[in-house]
Amino acid sequence: MREFRYERATDAASAVALLAAESDGAFLGGGTNLVDLMKLGVATPGVLVDVRRSTSTEVIDLPDGGLRIGAAVPNADLAADRRVRERFPVLSQALLAGASGQLRNRATTGGNLLQRTRCGYFTDVTRPCNKRAPGSGCGALEGVHRNHAILGQTLEGPGTCVATHPSDMAVALTALDAVIRVLGPDGERAVPMADLHRLPGEDPSRDTTLRHGELITAIDLPALGMPSRYRKVRDRASFAFALVSIAAAVRVTDGVVADARLALGGVAHKPWRASAAEEALRGRPATEESFAAAADAELAAATPLRDNGFKVPLARNLVVRTLLQLTEGTR
Amino acid sequence: MDTEITLRVDGGTHPLTVDTRTTLLDALRERLRITSPKKGCDHGQCGACTVLLDGRRVNSCLVLAVTVDDAEVTTSDGLAEGDREHPLHRAFLDNDAFQCGYCTPGQVCSAAGVLAEARAGWPSTVTDDLTAADVDLTDDEIRDRMSGNLCRCAAYAHIVPAVAAVAEAEGVRR
Repeated sequence: MREFRYERATDAASAVALLAAESDGAFLGGGTNLVDLMKLGVATPGVLVDVRRSTSTEVIDLPDGGLRIGAAVPNADLAADRRVRERFPVLSQALLAGASGQLRNRATTGGNLLQRTRCGYFTDVTRPCNKRAPGSGCGALEGVHRNHAILGQTLEGPGTCVATHPSDMAVALTALDAVIRVLGPDGERAVPMADLHRLPGEDPSRDTTLRHGELITAIDLPALGMPSRYRKVRDRASFAFALVSIAAAVRVTDGVVADARLALGGVAHKPWRASAAEEALRGRPATEESFAAAADAELAAATPLRDNGFKVPLARNLVVRTLLQLTEGTR
Repeated sequence: MDTEITLRVDGGTHPLTVDTRTTLLDALRERLRITSPKKGCDHGQCGACTVLLDGRRVNSCLVLAVTVDDAEVTTSDGLAEGDREHPLHRAFLDNDAFQCGYCTPGQVCSAAGVLAEARAGWPSTVTDDLTAADVDLTDDEIRDRMSGNLCRCAAYAHIVPAVAAVAEAEGVRR
């Protein structure tokens, strides 16, 4: 591990000022991903600015029935929060489907959003990876890619990248239209969850649209007011990343889909908002046929790799099954 | 880069000068010779290094020592009260819940965390009713909640009843 200086910031403004002054620094939250990447030589910050005491560890009520989640709230506490369990079950379920009890106790909400891909070529410094070492190539494209992306990849050129975003929580926050509150050297801004993460495009080294020195301070959840659910398919029942996951919320009125929010995990470089499926669902009868047509509308754009074509029917079936479960009794 | 910290572990206080790169696990084992937390994978995947940090179970291999100089660390050793073992220690012995024993201190600390989380009413991914007031630590619940602890001897079939026995005694299993 490269040597680094350790700084502890007591508030968000001083954390931002400390990091903005460094060219190769990083914020440290729970460290469950960053410390691991430092051990592997994938992350090599010269300065760590510890922000676990710089942002809130509280979840507070917003006037519209929504919630504001402090960036330092541990994943375990957020999953167990009664208001989240009752009003946003999709978020509790997503958090509880991720990692282990030990990791959820230490990992923070802000840090969960900023975790890096678990692509085996990214985490092995002896392999080519355009995300870790731009221009070195993509080992996964023709290599081991059974659990890689099927949507929105960059399949040729210097930006080639087929990695997925690993977070379960972020998939739920995408379906919930969360707003990420960010403090930077130029002040505060609010980033819609859909705009926080990037597709690889020409530059897979950048996972997010955050600028140097910007710190996530809180996550706002607008009121939801409809049933929601998270489902995750993985190789084993617990403590494994998703092959495909889904966060869904749907409202049915008189047998017709009045509103639907869908996001998929394990399929792309970012949590994948299934806008085409949502569009195809609205105003349609809440039937298995409609749900299948919506899934097909979304997955028409899929470009699976040699060994991950199974994810396309898996995602389709997961969309249909989850919507059927969510609408049981209203159809 | 050397930094001075104070670690509070199992009731003792230890001033230390550590390189900022030192993990809590390495500080405990290599500097303080507190060896009940074990190094397995060193990447947060096996749970052998599990300790309680202010009462919450964490992987000590992923925690930098400099970040916890204001926290109380409890290892499996520290769960015992003097010569009297913790009920989980006794349950692991009674149920023959290990073979080589390497993962056991991490399993015990993790189980202590599981019991505390159940008393607090925390759900898991196998909990049917997220809004239920109380947790019932069924075998399925114990398996999921303990999934961050690997046992290469595969003593799982005995670990589950060991945790269940203490859960029952503590009123978090029906």
